[in-house]
Amino acid sequence: MPEKNDKKGWKGKKVKKGTMSAILRYILRYWYYLAATVLLAAVTVVLTLYVPVLVGDAVDCIVGKGAVDFAALAKILRNIAVCVGGTFLSQWLMSLSNNRITYNVVRDIRAQAIRKIQVLPLSYIDNRPYGEVVNNVVSDVEQFADGLLLGFTQLFTGVATILGTLVMMFLLHWQLALVVLCVTPLSVFMAKFISGHTYSMFRAQSEVRGEQTAFIDEMLGALPTVQAYSHEDENLEKFDEINGRLSKASLSAIFYSSLTNPGTRFINAVVYALLALFGAFTVISTGGAFSVGTLTKFLAYSNQYTKPFNEITEVITEFQNALACASRVFELLSEAEEKSDAGNVELGHAEGNISLQDVSFSYTPDKKLIEGLNLNVVKGKRVAIVGPTGCGKTTLINLLMRFYDVCGGAICVEGRDVRALTRHSLRKNYGMVLQETWLKSGTIRENLCMGMPEAGEEEMIAAAKAAKAHGFISRLPQGYDTCIGEDGGSLSQGQKQLLCIARIMLLLPPMLILDEATSSIDTRTELKIQDAFAALMQGRTSFIVAHRLSTIKNADVILVMKSGSIVEQGTHEELLKAKGFYAELYNSQFR
Amino acid sequence: MKKVFSYLSGYKKESILSPLFKLLEACFELAVPLVVASIVDRGIGQGDRGYVLGMFFVLIALGAVGLAASITAQYFAAKAAVGYSCRLRRSLFEKMQFLSFAEIDSLGAATMIARMTVDVNQVQTGINMTLRLLLRSPFIVFGAMIMAFTVDWQAGIVFAVVIPVLAGVVALIMGVTIPMYKKTQARQDGLLLSVRENLTGVRVLRAFCKEGEEIARFDAKNAALKKSQNIVGAVSSLMNPLTYAVVNAGIIVLLYVGAVRVDAGSLTQGEVLALYNYMSQILVELIKLANLIITVTKSLACARRIERVFALDNPLERIGDGAVYTENAVDFENVSFSYNGGGNALEDISFSVKKGETVGIIGGTGAGKSSLVNLIGHFYDATAGRVLVNGVDVKAQDPAALREKIGMVLQKAVLFKGTVRENLLWGNEDATDEELLRAVALAQATDVVEAKGGLDGEIEQNGRNLSGGQRQRLSIARALVRRPEILVLDDSASALDYATDAALRHAIASLPDKPTTFIVSQRTSSLQHADKIVVLDEGKAVGIGTHEELLEYCEVYREIYGSQFKEATHA
Repeated sequence: MPEKNDKKGWKGKKVKKGTMSAILRYILRYWYYLAATVLLAAVTVVLTLYVPVLVGDAVDCIVGKGAVDFAALAKILRNIAVCVGGTFLSQWLMSLSNNRITYNVVRDIRAQAIRKIQVLPLSYIDNRPYGEVVNNVVSDVEQFADGLLLGFTQLFTGVATILGTLVMMFLLHWQLALVVLCVTPLSVFMAKFISGHTYSMFRAQSEVRGEQTAFIDEMLGALPTVQAYSHEDENLEKFDEINGRLSKASLSAIFYSSLTNPGTRFINAVVYALLALFGAFTVISTGGAFSVGTLTKFLAYSNQYTKPFNEITEVITEFQNALACASRVFELLSEAEEKSDAGNVELGHAEGNISLQDVSFSYTPDKKLIEGLNLNVVKGKRVAIVGPTGCGKTTLINLLMRFYDVCGGAICVEGRDVRALTRHSLRKNYGMVLQETWLKSGTIRENLCMGMPEAGEEEMIAAAKAAKAHGFISRLPQGYDTCIGEDGGSLSQGQKQLLCIARIMLLLPPMLILDEATSSIDTRTELKIQDAFAALMQGRTSFIVAHRLSTIKNADVILVMKSGSIVEQGTHEELLKAKGFYAELYNSQFR
Repeated sequence: MKKVFSYLSGYKKESILSPLFKLLEACFELAVPLVVASIVDRGIGQGDRGYVLGMFFVLIALGAVGLAASITAQYFAAKAAVGYSCRLRRSLFEKMQFLSFAEIDSLGAATMIARMTVDVNQVQTGINMTLRLLLRSPFIVFGAMIMAFTVDWQAGIVFAVVIPVLAGVVALIMGVTIPMYKKTQARQDGLLLSVRENLTGVRVLRAFCKEGEEIARFDAKNAALKKSQNIVGAVSSLMNPLTYAVVNAGIIVLLYVGAVRVDAGSLTQGEVLALYNYMSQILVELIKLANLIITVTKSLACARRIERVFALDNPLERIGDGAVYTENAVDFENVSFSYNGGGNALEDISFSVKKGETVGIIGGTGAGKSSLVNLIGHFYDATAGRVLVNGVDVKAQDPAALREKIGMVLQKAVLFKGTVRENLLWGNEDATDEELLRAVALAQATDVVEAKGGLDGEIEQNGRNLSGGQRQRLSIARALVRRPEILVLDDSASALDYATDAALRHAIASLPDKPTTFIVSQRTSSLQHADKIVVLDEGKAVGIGTHEELLEYCEVYREIYGSQFKEATHA
């Protein structure tokens, strides 16, 4: 399958050291299956090699008219039947055993990966396209499985077959065996030669293809804009240009790579012809000591001998690719993890006293973000954070939830450094509603009860009612049992946000984080859930990020942030009087 | 699937020649066992070394001619497949570009991209493989049988039995496993979803301490996947041993039949050998054929999906009535609109806008604000009533010419890979740098352009090296570059802070040739100075008038305004 190269063939070149040993460690857990595979492979090869011997003997029994040894023939045919039956069994059992190893290993790796994802630092997840990690865990592992399976089934038996046939041929007639031995590597060389040359062609094709996909991705993703600006013709022109180049590159890549099979077939044909020639000469010159039956065996062996060569070149490409995939997976598995919670204490139920002491933080060392941040929030206070986009509001939330650890200073809850607490016990004390609403695929009920699976029907409905979500939920086809797709599926942004709010209403944790929690809800609905919000915040420490200044006016303290630091701090009235940055922001909406 | 495969018509010559040359190669291959038989019977039987040598060269010649034929075939196949997919991709791209908004909505960008890339490539592979193998493999299988019959009819019967049995075995295994593979694929998709969710929802999942539960969920899915992989694997790995067993059973029978015939003198030893070789050839080709069938099945599924895109055919309605009905810039006359025959997104909307006026559109999420402004550029068909631009029904105007007059700034601001200049020139190809910079200044985006290093600054794909607000301001500049008669700002200031939003509105209002402006917003502050505000609530216009008028008599508007300003005005 030359087409395979085109996608990932050359990636196989770079395989990290240690990948092999890591794979072996996984495989050796299933050593009993591995042992069975090796044993069965040996049995299979021996039996398949013995069959041509028997067929050759049988041909020798059929010399000519009236010269057929039926008694011997019957015995031989019975032996063939036994061998074939045995081959059938051992081959199938070997496949089963291979499947077991492969699928177990793959399951283990995936299980490891999902566990890893749970403890990866958020900086890792935030800085990588999701698709890449998903690809690692799903497609790469799948590719690896394919390669592994193919490797097991073909590499073992292939190598064994080559060795076995060689031994058999040398036993039968070493001179003829030498002929075969000398010529067959030609086909391997040729396959290598062709793939070496097509490598660069596939690379070129893949580059143009990547360019085209990027263009398609960009333009089809923005069709409304394209049409609004009547840019279709220009796009088509550009597309044609790329398409033309792609076509050229594909043609040469596909054509040249498709020469491998005819080429190796030709060389095999040459081997076959040479065998027929020398074999026939040998039969004639030995006067029958080297029989036609032996020649039959030879011809059969030469076929069996050359076949694995073709397959093995294919297997090696596939296997290299599998190794490359595996190394990407193992790279993920060996990523640094978050600092472990081991030895940390449980927070228990917090009151809601939080203090930030000289906190500094940055995502990248060379770009400082938050520096020398001090803040003391006592139980039940409402803290609003305002400021332009990118000023560090969300970062502050990341730190409070301990999604990221501070670089300097400390954040304390109830006087205890959060880094000395277990993450779970800390996070259980927070209720969080983010601007980016996220729901899991499942029923509405599952989503609402995410924080409290044991919640009863009434509690859940009460929470939904408080969040003004009950109305639209009950209008859905299956009410609370309606399944929503990945990330909320068909729900509107506003509805999703209401669900996220209801999720928190059910939980009633001592501390709240509301990051633009109502940004997608229109202001009328927002007004309607305001009372519920007010009740929710009563007696709870809350951090509120919002664009709409009206929603944060009643905060006990407003932090005005600008490029990472708090530039102003105080109540609404105090800040307006100060006529600073906050006053400027506030007034701009009435201009 | 007529349309999809019609692009092959330009490659008739290649599509016919390729399989023909493949057949030729197969013929030469089929001749080989006969030559070997004659070597045994005549060369060895009569001790004729010269004859053996001659036959050796015949074998080499057969191989060489076969190679030549095969290379020719591969070339034609590659040429047809690549050329075909090139044309298919082009017309698919063309088709997609001209889809109506309604069709784009229902298809989705991800699907369209998948059709253009993965599916077209699969069809290309399918065609390539089909041209190469579809005739060759059956030809060798049946050719071997026919050759067997010509050698000896009784031996031929063995072939006639073995081949259907083999075909039956292959078909049965494939018939059982293909649906099972689909099920495993579905399980795998479930796993994929699980991983994706653990990444996209990482904050929420960790905030709710769901890590352990997610692991358990994943493990269950993982175990289920493994189980179905094992089951389908067990069945599909029967293929090789079973076909091997069948063919060898055939060989046993063949040897016995051969022995009887040789004993009777109607068959030679060499011919038995030839029959044995034919039987071996069948096995190889049948496996190839099975693989081909899988490839073709996949390709056909892809082709069907592509065909469905070609079949999309609800273009925008065009009528011939070019009469000028009013002198207004835009009129909505009893307009209703629904998406794909669903409930009405807009219902019976009527209002008129004079040239140069500013119109505000306000309403909650899903009230129909975007739908309304999209009707102006005839991106959708009004399902009832009519929309007039410059007094003429939009359905009577050429879409490109109509849209030329409109500067659309969509809710989702999109920029493209290239320089800032290239992006702005989308608005008007002939604009000078001076004009571009003026538009940039109007859109309050001078700082953005400067930060990128001027008009030659590079913008990455989808403008991802810009913040949301920066993208919005640049896309407003792009719309202003064309000096539109009508400017539509569809919630396009949502990522701007209040100060910038206000400055932008003032700048547009102070233009000498001020465009007729539609501003869609959820903020009353963005709209209160508009000449006219349309208040939408669940698709109905519940109020049309100025800010003051609406405050007086429009309940919904008062509520919206109150929710944003009540407390503020007391301050």
